[in-house]
Amino acid sequence: MVEVKNLVKTYGDIRAVDNVSFKVEDGEILGFLGPNGAGKSTTMNIITGYISSSGGTVTINDAEILRDPKEAKKQIGYLPEIPPLYTDMTVQKYLEFMFAIKKIKLPKAEHIKEVLSLTKLTDHKKRLIKNLSKGYKQRVGLAQALLGNPPVLILDEPTVGLDPSQIREFRTLIKGLGKKHTVIFSSHILSEVQAICDRIVVINNGEVVADAKTDELSSAITSGGNLAVEIEGNVSSVVSALKGITGIQKISVNRKTAEDRCLYNIEHKKDIDIRRAVFAVLAKNNMPIFSMNEGGMSLEEAYLKLTSKSTAKGGKK
Amino acid sequence: MTAILKKELGSFFTSAVGYVVMAVYFFFGGLFFYYYCLLNASKDMATLFSNMFMITVLIIPIITMKSLSEEKKQRTDQALLTSPLGLGEIVIGKFLGSLLMFVCCLVIYLLFAVTLCFFPDGAPDWSVFIGNLAGTILFGAAMISIDIFISSLTESMIISAIVGMCAGLAIFFIDTIANLVSIDWISTAITSISFVKHYETYTSGIFSLSDTVFFLSVVALFNFLTLRVLEKRRWS
Repeated sequence: MVEVKNLVKTYGDIRAVDNVSFKVEDGEILGFLGPNGAGKSTTMNIITGYISSSGGTVTINDAEILRDPKEAKKQIGYLPEIPPLYTDMTVQKYLEFMFAIKKIKLPKAEHIKEVLSLTKLTDHKKRLIKNLSKGYKQRVGLAQALLGNPPVLILDEPTVGLDPSQIREFRTLIKGLGKKHTVIFSSHILSEVQAICDRIVVINNGEVVADAKTDELSSAITSGGNLAVEIEGNVSSVVSALKGITGIQKISVNRKTAEDRCLYNIEHKKDIDIRRAVFAVLAKNNMPIFSMNEGGMSLEEAYLKLTSKSTAKGGKK
Repeated sequence: MTAILKKELGSFFTSAVGYVVMAVYFFFGGLFFYYYCLLNASKDMATLFSNMFMITVLIIPIITMKSLSEEKKQRTDQALLTSPLGLGEIVIGKFLGSLLMFVCCLVIYLLFAVTLCFFPDGAPDWSVFIGNLAGTILFGAAMISIDIFISSLTESMIISAIVGMCAGLAIFFIDTIANLVSIDWISTAITSISFVKHYETYTSGIFSLSDTVFFLSVVALFNFLTLRVLEKRRWS
C-alpha cells in the first residue's frame, strides 16, 4: 500500500506540489492524470525518494521514505519519465548492474532471464542500449523497474514517444503487471489512463482536483446532470422561457444546427428530472424540440473542466 | 558500493577514456624515463616521479570529468538515488573506481623499475621508489576527491574537466603564490596546504604519518563535500 499525506514541495515561492494526499491499495492500478507541468513527476520523484518533500509524508508498506529510505526504496520499482539508462552498456550488463545496486537477493541469472522474457528483450540482451530504438529503451527502463519483483511499481509517462502498436503492447503489459503489483501510472493522456487504471487521481497546478474510480470520475466531479436539447426558435426567447423551470442551473448554446435552430446544454440539479417541464414549457411557447438527450458529462469533458478550472487560477505562488 | 566501483572501472574501458588516459600517461612517463634515466644513465627515479606530477594534475580531471556530471545530465542519477544504496556508498564507489583507474596508469613505473634492473648496478633505490609510488597514489587520491567534488557541481563534463585542471594547476603552483604574499602568516598558511610540500617527504623514501594524514584528510573532506552536494540537490 502506498499512502501519500499532505505532500508539499516548494521551489522558492513556487508551490510545485500543494498538499497532495491519496492512497493506493495493494493490487490497484492508480492513474495519475494531469496536464504537462501539473506536478506529476515531482510527486513521483518524492514518492521514490529521488527528491525530498518540503512537507508531508510518503509511506510504502509501513516504511516511511524519509525515515526508512532503504526499506521503502527496496519496495519500489521506478521508471522515470526519461529512463535512467547507461547507454554504453549492453541490456544484460545494465540489468546486472541494476540488480546489484538494488541489493536483490533472488538468483541473479534466472531472475534477469525472467524479466528479459517478460519485457520481450531476450533477443536484444547483448545489444548496446545506445543502439536500441526508443520503444526498446523504454522496455529496458521497465525491465530495471521490475527487477526484484517490487510490490510497488511507479511508472512516469511510460508510453511517451512510442508508436501506436508499442503503446498498445505497453498498456497490455502494465495491465498484466497490475495483477501482481500495486501500480502508480502517470500520464497526461486521458484515454490511456481510462484504459488501464482502476482509479484516477487528477492533479493540476500541484493540487489534487479529483480522486475517484475511473467509471465514477465524471459524476464525482459534476454537481448535476446535463440535458442536451435541440430547439427551434429565437435564442433569447428560448432561454427566457426555460429560465423559469425549477432545478435549472445554467443554459448555454452548444452550437447552431440549422437556420433558427440550436443545440442547448442545460445543466440542472442532479436529483431533479427536468425533461417533462422543459417539454411543457417549450410546447406552450410553440418552440419545437428536435432532440433531447439526458447525459452526464463525458470523462474527457470532466477532465477538461477540472484542469481548465484550476489552470484559470494561474500559477500558484 | 562494489557494483558502483565495477561499473565505474568498466565504463573507462568500454569508452576510449581509459585507454587514452593510460596512453598519455605512459607516453609522458616513457619520455621522462628515457630522458632522465636511460639517456643520463641514472637509476634515480625520483626526478621521473616529480616530473610526472604535472601530468597527474592534468590527467586526473579527465578521469573524473564524467563521474557525477554525466550521471546528472543523462538522468541516470535517478537510478542510483532511488535504489537502496546510501549516498556514501555511491560517492565512495565513484572515488575508488577513479582511483583504481589512476592506479592502472601507475603500473608503468613497475615496468620502468624492472627495466633499470637489467642494467649493471642499475636497480633503483626501492625505498625511494616505493615512497614515490605511495606519495603519487596519495596525491592522486586527494586530487580525485577534489575533481569528483567539482564534477558533482556541474552537468557538463567539459566544465568539470577544465575547472578540475585549473584547480590542479592552482594546487601545483601554490608555493609560488605563497612566495608572492608578503604577509608572513598568510604565506605560511598557504604553504602548509601545499600538496607539493607534503609530497616531497615521500620522494626521499620516508614514510611520513603527518603527510599521509594530510592527504587522507583531503580525501575525506572532499568526499564528504560531494556527499553534501548530492544531499542538498535532493532538498533544494
